[in-house]
Amino acid sequence: MAYGDYSDEHIKTILGSVQTIAMVGASANPNRPSSFAMKYLRNKGYKVVPVNPGQAGKEILGEKCYGSLEEIPHKFDMVDVFRSSEAAGPITDDAIRLKDEKGISVVWMQLTIINEEAAARAEAAGLTVIMDRCPKIEYGRLNQELGWGGFNSGVISAKRPKARIVS
Amino acid sequence: MSEQFGFETRMIHAGSRPEAVSGARQTPIFQNTSYVFQDVDHAADLFNLQDFGFIYSRLTNPTVSVLEERMASLEGGRGATCCASGHAAQLLIMQALMHPGSRVVVSTKLYGGSITQFGKTFKKFGWHGDFVDTNDLDAVDAAMTEDTKAIFVESLANPGGVVSDLEGLAKIANAHGVPLIVDNTLATPYLCRPFEWGADIVVHSTTKYMSGNGTSLGGCVVDSGTFNWAQNNRFPSLAAPEEAYHGLIFHETFGDMAMTAYLHAVGLRDLGASMAPQNAFQTILGSETLSLRMDRHCENALKIATYLEGHPAITSVSYAGLKSSSFYDLGQKYLPKGQGAVFTAQLKGGFEAGVKLVESVNLFSHLANVGDARSLVLHPASTTHRQLTPEQRSSAGAGDDIVRLSIGLETVEDLVRDLDQALST
Ligand SMILES: Cc1ncc(COP(=O)(O)O)c(C=O)c1O
Repeated sequence: MAYGDYSDEHIKTILGSVQTIAMVGASANPNRPSSFAMKYLRNKGYKVVPVNPGQAGKEILGEKCYGSLEEIPHKFDMVDVFRSSEAAGPITDDAIRLKDEKGISVVWMQLTIINEEAAARAEAAGLTVIMDRCPKIEYGRLNQELGWGGFNSGVISAKRPKARIVS
Repeated sequence: MSEQFGFETRMIHAGSRPEAVSGARQTPIFQNTSYVFQDVDHAADLFNLQDFGFIYSRLTNPTVSVLEERMASLEGGRGATCCASGHAAQLLIMQALMHPGSRVVVSTKLYGGSITQFGKTFKKFGWHGDFVDTNDLDAVDAAMTEDTKAIFVESLANPGGVVSDLEGLAKIANAHGVPLIVDNTLATPYLCRPFEWGADIVVHSTTKYMSGNGTSLGGCVVDSGTFNWAQNNRFPSLAAPEEAYHGLIFHETFGDMAMTAYLHAVGLRDLGASMAPQNAFQTILGSETLSLRMDRHCENALKIATYLEGHPAITSVSYAGLKSSSFYDLGQKYLPKGQGAVFTAQLKGGFEAGVKLVESVNLFSHLANVGDARSLVLHPASTTHRQLTPEQRSSAGAGDDIVRLSIGLETVEDLVRDLDQALST
């Protein structure tokens, strides 16, 4: 699928199916966008595993941080790339190599991160790729939360949303 | 933002899905100040802007945010911030951009209240307005300085029938690394599309056509999300660490949502000029019929302007929809569906004739507002523009012999008859 062209249904399916997200480029600085995204996604029930060689062995928001995707000792469904478009290339290749061993199904590149060659390789290997989007913003947008801050979600629907139960 | 649905669909649906708990179809009025936290962590995440959610209605309110999303959608912007009035919107956006010693290039043709706000009250903050005839693009370019933070114009000026060359102005603003801010109040997003011509920020007095019935004060700042606040060091509010949020940099953390996030989290938080939920509700109702009303406003306005132009008591009519207007071509370019319904007429009888007209009409209401379903008339020299000097008045298109008309939705023959009797008494 061409980037920028993802349907709301497609994004909903991805965010509804993944449970564990390896966040490559997760920062220990609480003001970085990755930290905001990590916190938010955890609040929504995802397990987020930080990957950052500079922080390997330490904890970010209470989660153990790993130096690479390979070092994560358990399965994860999605790789969320908080690095440059260029760095997204080798990270995507790691995900392709590890996809069966780790159970990876999605490579997600953050807002402004676009690497079409890497995306083509990943799609050829059977991975789903999203580029130039933020899972936090997409989650908020599709669950009517984005509008709370005055943002344009682009979502138009006369269907009654399901009331979510927060205990 | 490219929009998937047409303008009329968005007028009715953008921002307002059925309410989840009850299924209520019309947007509920959340007449409510504050919102319960799930726990202490949730509260902390909200206060740190790490989660989306409501804290206190000075910052955000569920009814107001429906209107915000609708305004953002109608303008094709990334986000919108509603506030207490059009003037509050202007204060809110300028506060984000200006510091003591900052300058802004402002059109001499602005609404009189805006001229006073930029020329007098903003001066007390150390913000300097450089007033320029913004239809002279060379003069605009020459007025830009290192301290200039924005160019501010009205797409269709109140009241002179003046249309701004938005494309030319956007080029100058962006070449100097500053945003073009367009007050789109009198045009509305139905008639004029500032972001499509390169504007960066749009402001509204929703008091006028957006609400449409003269019931509710309101204002709005819509951000296109396309201006790069970190391209130079002129916009520290967006591009430097914000102490009140632990050194967060809005531009870095929120990307294209930075301005809208800032205007709520800092602007409304500290300036406090929030929109009342009841007013947001009235404006939401108004927005649902915007295109229908604007089509009829424009149709009636063109008929009345044409009638007045041929009347012996009238020297001239400045309505951009008339071929005689020097803004006719710009009007066709920037307002192709209609050139609005607020314009001025110049009376042969001068100041006295202006006073006599406003006192002789029966259907037109003599009051200081525009953009109502009712037809309105005003003699600016004796009312809204009386604080200005005679030079400022005439350069704002509001000289002694000028009356301002805001044409409503009544039967147009009745309006013509009313003006006819008032002009001949
Ligand atoms: C073009 C324009 N901008 C701004 C304003 C100020 O709006 P408000 O009266 O909602 O503060 C007005 C009000 O007349 C206006 O006509």
